[in-house]
Amino acid sequence: MAAQTTHMAEPLVRIARREAAPLSRKIAVRAAAILLALVVDALFIFFVTGLNPINVYVVMWGGTFSTTVRFSWAMRDLATLLCIGIALAPAFKMRFWNIGAEGQVLVGGLATALIMVYFGNSLPAPALFVAMVVGSLAAGALWGFVPAWFKSRWNTNETLFTLMMNYVATSIVACATNIMRGQASSLGTLNKATKAGWLPILFGQRYTINIIVVLALTFAMYAYLKYSKHGYEIAVVGESENTARYAGINVRRVMVRTMIISGAICGLTGFLIVAGKDQTISTTSAGGNGFTAIIVAWLAKFNTFYMALISFLLVFLERGASEIASAYSLNEYAADIITGIILFFILGSEFFINYRLIWRGHHKEVKGE
Amino acid sequence: MKKLLGILMAGAMMLSLAACGSAGSTSTAATGDTAEASTSASTDLKVGVILVGDETEGYSAAHINGIKEAAAEVGLPEDQIIWKYKIPESAECSDAAEDLVGQGCDLVIANSYGHQTYLVETAEKYPDTTFVSMTGDFAAISGLDNFKNAFTAVYQSRYVSGVVAGMKLQELVDNGTLTPETQPNSFDADGNVKIGYVGAFPYAEVISGYTAFYLGVKSVFPTVTMEVMYTNSWFDIDKEGAAAEALIANGAVIIGQHADSTGAPAATQRLKDAGTICYSVGYNIDMLETAPTAALTSATNVWKVYYQELFTAAMNGEEIPTDWAKGYEDGAVAITELGPECAEGTADKVAEVEAALKDGSLHVFDTATFTVDGQTVTSAPIDLSYYDYSSGEAVAVYQGETKEAIHDGYFDESTLRSAPYFMLHIDGIVEDSEPVA
Repeated sequence: MAAQTTHMAEPLVRIARREAAPLSRKIAVRAAAILLALVVDALFIFFVTGLNPINVYVVMWGGTFSTTVRFSWAMRDLATLLCIGIALAPAFKMRFWNIGAEGQVLVGGLATALIMVYFGNSLPAPALFVAMVVGSLAAGALWGFVPAWFKSRWNTNETLFTLMMNYVATSIVACATNIMRGQASSLGTLNKATKAGWLPILFGQRYTINIIVVLALTFAMYAYLKYSKHGYEIAVVGESENTARYAGINVRRVMVRTMIISGAICGLTGFLIVAGKDQTISTTSAGGNGFTAIIVAWLAKFNTFYMALISFLLVFLERGASEIASAYSLNEYAADIITGIILFFILGSEFFINYRLIWRGHHKEVKGE
Repeated sequence: MKKLLGILMAGAMMLSLAACGSAGSTSTAATGDTAEASTSASTDLKVGVILVGDETEGYSAAHINGIKEAAAEVGLPEDQIIWKYKIPESAECSDAAEDLVGQGCDLVIANSYGHQTYLVETAEKYPDTTFVSMTGDFAAISGLDNFKNAFTAVYQSRYVSGVVAGMKLQELVDNGTLTPETQPNSFDADGNVKIGYVGAFPYAEVISGYTAFYLGVKSVFPTVTMEVMYTNSWFDIDKEGAAAEALIANGAVIIGQHADSTGAPAATQRLKDAGTICYSVGYNIDMLETAPTAALTSATNVWKVYYQELFTAAMNGEEIPTDWAKGYEDGAVAITELGPECAEGTADKVAEVEAALKDGSLHVFDTATFTVDGQTVTSAPIDLSYYDYSSGEAVAVYQGETKEAIHDGYFDESTLRSAPYFMLHIDGIVEDSEPVA
């Protein structure tokens, strides 16, 4: 059969896996992708909206870079997204599909908010912050622990389980905010009168601390995954559970431990959002970052420094899109198409980095390359 | 292959450099243009607008139109207005406001009530910029000179829309269309005709509105009782439709609403077409397109009146009122075009009532027209403080005075502050304890 097919007409193009591409090639492919995306976007902008594409790109660029405040907001949003990406990295490296970051962030944020409100007047500031951090870590860890434990005992499907835990978390937050708002029409900022539990202002911004914390976590998680024994165990379990067992690794323990870490860091993100960024909690506090962070973790192959780059790109695109919408009174969907095209090309470029196309009659030449 | 990519990359870099270069030049050119425009135009006022929705959502669309009309009227060029669409009632509002200040706005307007607590954060940071929280309620007690509230006296137009509905009820009963025989479900044990109201949330704004509507109906057709059903959402087309259906199933002949979608009028039209006697009174926009024969009219705000006053004051450097609330007297509220099935003589009656509201001879909340637990109300102290309830007890964020709202035989709405505060539950209206499912 196989021999026969080779004699039949060769397909126009075949796809083959590429061995690890050199860095220069990776950069070249990505640069080409961005360039192509900008060209396609320019066509869209010109023919659909009738605007000058260059002007639109300038406005888009200005969404992040036109003022220092905007740049600092981009850093703040990047910190939030990256922090969740960091949390997801160990779980995903272990091939444990934690789709529940959104919920883990929410319960962490809710724990922070509850401690903030109910102990805001009784605890001194340092103790209050410690309690908020511990509470958020514990809540997030619990939300990570439950699906991991069920999987380790009964091999439940973690994708569905973690996803379901998101809805549970959202409903709990909805219920809590409804109780907390009392007779007011919405919850508003917490502890507005006393500002208890609000992170102190550093260099003019409350979220400076968020950025510092996430920066430290970026290094810590990189080292944890790359150099620690735990990190090695995670990698082995991710490659093959049987190999891990054969090597004497307690797979159940690694699984539960890693998910507790993953959930706890998500919970800490919740703390950073509530104490350092929003000063309130709502069902939208995580803002979809729990899902976007999956893209961040995957694209970067769990390298936390690449994650920072990709988070920046996503934040830049999002801010650019809303700036385009505002500046040209464009419908937000038009702006989303513009950023969507860029994202599509960048994701698509991964294909050309990992695979190569072999055109009919060219396979020898390619082999020789 | 590598070479080709290398060339491509080099090309890409050159292009991006070129793009940066031209970027720089266009932006400087743009700033030059605006500087020129502002010196040649009559004003250099720059206005930032934060909207909870966009032009596809009725409430925000009304604000957008009001702002554009007012700007055209006072000679404020459109390029001196910066719009921020779809800003949720969250910390994003503080960001948006700060960004607008950064872009040089002297006046920042946010159109939704929930924006208020976030807008005030930015107002504290930038004392030289004026911030207006539409429909907000704590500007006067916030202690900030640059923080303002505004709301129309929409209860007046709700009263007038109630009069329109009352005329219709009178006609239906007089010509024998609506009798205990034709639609027995629509009469209670005492022979009162039932009407219904789809409310968003049990807040003062809604209570004040439905009470005004009920009193309007009652002023024409006294034997009436009203059921109020909440949706717990400002905009939910399905729930509003379901609430209207439930109310009509309970016998309601007229469906009023304080919710932003077309759900209730659409449901009413559907049931009317199926043979039930029922009519709709809408809110914000003309509902005739949705309910061609069931819609009687809608109560609306004319935001242009406020924005024109606001822009004029800001341009001339005059004091901007901290609490602005105006009604028929200044044309800030109205009802929309009367539907084809309105009772004969409705237009004349409406004109008469509107004139009475304008000259002050008629007060919507006249204490002689309603009772609470069978008693005429003589005193209604209003606590103007703004509370935080999150810890389970009311903590005053901004302390306000407690003032008496009733004087000279009527409850004086929207004068102690611009946001409504009428919270009395009067006889003849029953609130459902459960919101619509």
